[in-house]
Amino acid sequence: MILTRRTLLLGATATLAGCDRLARNEHFRKALFSAENFHKWAQRGLMAPDALAREFRSDQISPIFRANGTANPNTPAYKALWRGGFADWRLQVTGLVTRDLSLSLAQLRSLPHREQITRHDCVEGWSAIGKWRGVPLKTILDGAGLKSRARYIVFRCADDMGGGRPYYESIDLADAFHPQTILAFALNDRPLSVANGAPLRLRVERQLGYKQAKYLMGIEAVDSLAGIGKGKGGFWEDHADYDWYAGI
Amino acid sequence: MGSMVDSADRMVPRHRLSTRLWHALNALLLYILFTSGLGIFNAHPRLYWGQYGANFDRGWLVLDRFPGWLTLPGHYSLALSRHWHLAAAPIFAFALLGYMLWSLANRHIARDLAFRREELTRRHLWQEIRDHARLRFPTGEAALRYGLLQKASYVGVIFVALPLIILTGLTMSPGMNAAWPWLVDLFGGRQSARSIHFITAFALVAFFFVHILMVLLSGPVNQLWAIVTGRYRLPRGRA
Repeated sequence: MILTRRTLLLGATATLAGCDRLARNEHFRKALFSAENFHKWAQRGLMAPDALAREFRSDQISPIFRANGTANPNTPAYKALWRGGFADWRLQVTGLVTRDLSLSLAQLRSLPHREQITRHDCVEGWSAIGKWRGVPLKTILDGAGLKSRARYIVFRCADDMGGGRPYYESIDLADAFHPQTILAFALNDRPLSVANGAPLRLRVERQLGYKQAKYLMGIEAVDSLAGIGKGKGGFWEDHADYDWYAGI
Repeated sequence: MGSMVDSADRMVPRHRLSTRLWHALNALLLYILFTSGLGIFNAHPRLYWGQYGANFDRGWLVLDRFPGWLTLPGHYSLALSRHWHLAAAPIFAFALLGYMLWSLANRHIARDLAFRREELTRRHLWQEIRDHARLRFPTGEAALRYGLLQKASYVGVIFVALPLIILTGLTMSPGMNAAWPWLVDLFGGRQSARSIHFITAFALVAFFFVHILMVLLSGPVNQLWAIVTGRYRLPRGRA
C-alpha cells in the first residue's frame, strides 16, 4: 500500500489525461459548457433587474489601471482617427432601430453623463478599480428607438484581432438597459487613453473584463446572435470558448 | 464491552449510504475543482489582499504557473479550466447543502459529529493526542465512535472549510457581487476572497493527505471496504 511519488504522479497524469479526452467528446463538451446557462439563470434569479455593481470611494481607486487585450489597434484607419483627435470618429447605431444614428464624440459628451467608480474584473483573476464617465447606453437606444424584435446589442470595435477579424461583443437587453451600463469616454477624470479603449468603450459592470468592448465603432441591435461572427456573441466566445454570460 | 475483546471479527454498519455517496461524489468533484482551479490560477498566478489587485499592485504571493500534470486540462486553457470548474462547483455546493440538511435530519451530526461534554476536557484531549502520536487507534466498541480530533477535523471541513471555499468562490463572480453585495464586505474585497479561496483549497489538500495517511495507518483495506459498502470489521482489542 505504499504510494510512491511516481505512482501518484502517474495516477494524476492518467486521470487528467482521461478528463482531457472526455473534454474532447462533443456531447460531454456540450454538457460541460451548459453550466453557463445554469449560472446565468441562477444569477439573474437572485439579483433584482437593476441590482447595482459595487461602487467605490475615490480613495479606493487603483493607482494604475491595468489595460489588457489590445493596447493599440494600430490600423491605418484608427491611426488616422487618433491623429485627428477623434474629430472624424462617429459611433454608428444601426440594426433593429427606428432611426440609424451617427454620433460624434462632441455629441456624446453633450448628453447627460453617469459617473461611477467600479471594479473591473478580468477573467484571468485580477481586478482594478477606476472611475468611469459616460453616456448610459439606454439614452442612445431610446434615441434610436429599439424595435420590439431586438434581443441583443452587438458592439463593433476598431481593433483587428488578426486576419481582418475585428473585436466584437454583445449583451442582452437586461444588461443594455441597466443603469450602470454606459459608453465611457473618460477614465479617472481624463479622456480615455488609447490603451484603455479611446475614444469610447463599453462598461457592463456586472460582467467580466472581456465584455467591456474598447475602441467602439458601431452598435447594432439584433434579434439573434447566430449571424454575427461565428455565432457565439463575441470574439473570445467564438475563438477561445469563453462563456457569453460573463457574470460568473 | 469486555467480552468483545479478542473475540472473532465482527462486521458492523459504519457509514450511511448518504455519507458514502457524498464521499464518492466529493472525491471526484474536489479533484476536478482543485486541478481546474490551478489551471485558472495559472492565468494570473499572483494573490492580493483588498478590493483590487493587478500586476502593478503589491501581491502577497507571486508564483510561477503550476505544471501541466497538476492542472485540468493538462495544457494551459483558461476557458476550459473555467468550464470544468464552473460546472463542478454548483454540483459540489448543492451536494454539501443537501448532505448538511440530510445529516441534520438523520441525526448524523448530533450522534457522530457533535462534541460531547466529557470529551472536551484537557485530559481527554491530551490523551487523544498521545494516542494519535503513538498510532494507537481505538479498538472494539470504541472504534465505532469518532475521536475528538477526528470529529474536529470533519466538522472543520464540513462546516468551515467547504462553506468558506464556496462563498469565496461566489465572491469572485461580478454577477453575484451585484446579487449579494454582502459577500464582498464579508471577505473584505474580491481579491481577499480570491486569496482565501486559494488558501482554503490548499488547507483541503492538507486535510486530504492527513485523511489518507490515517486511513493507511488504521487498516486501509477495512477502511476502504467500509467507505464503499458501509460495513466495517470491528478491530479487535490489543492484548
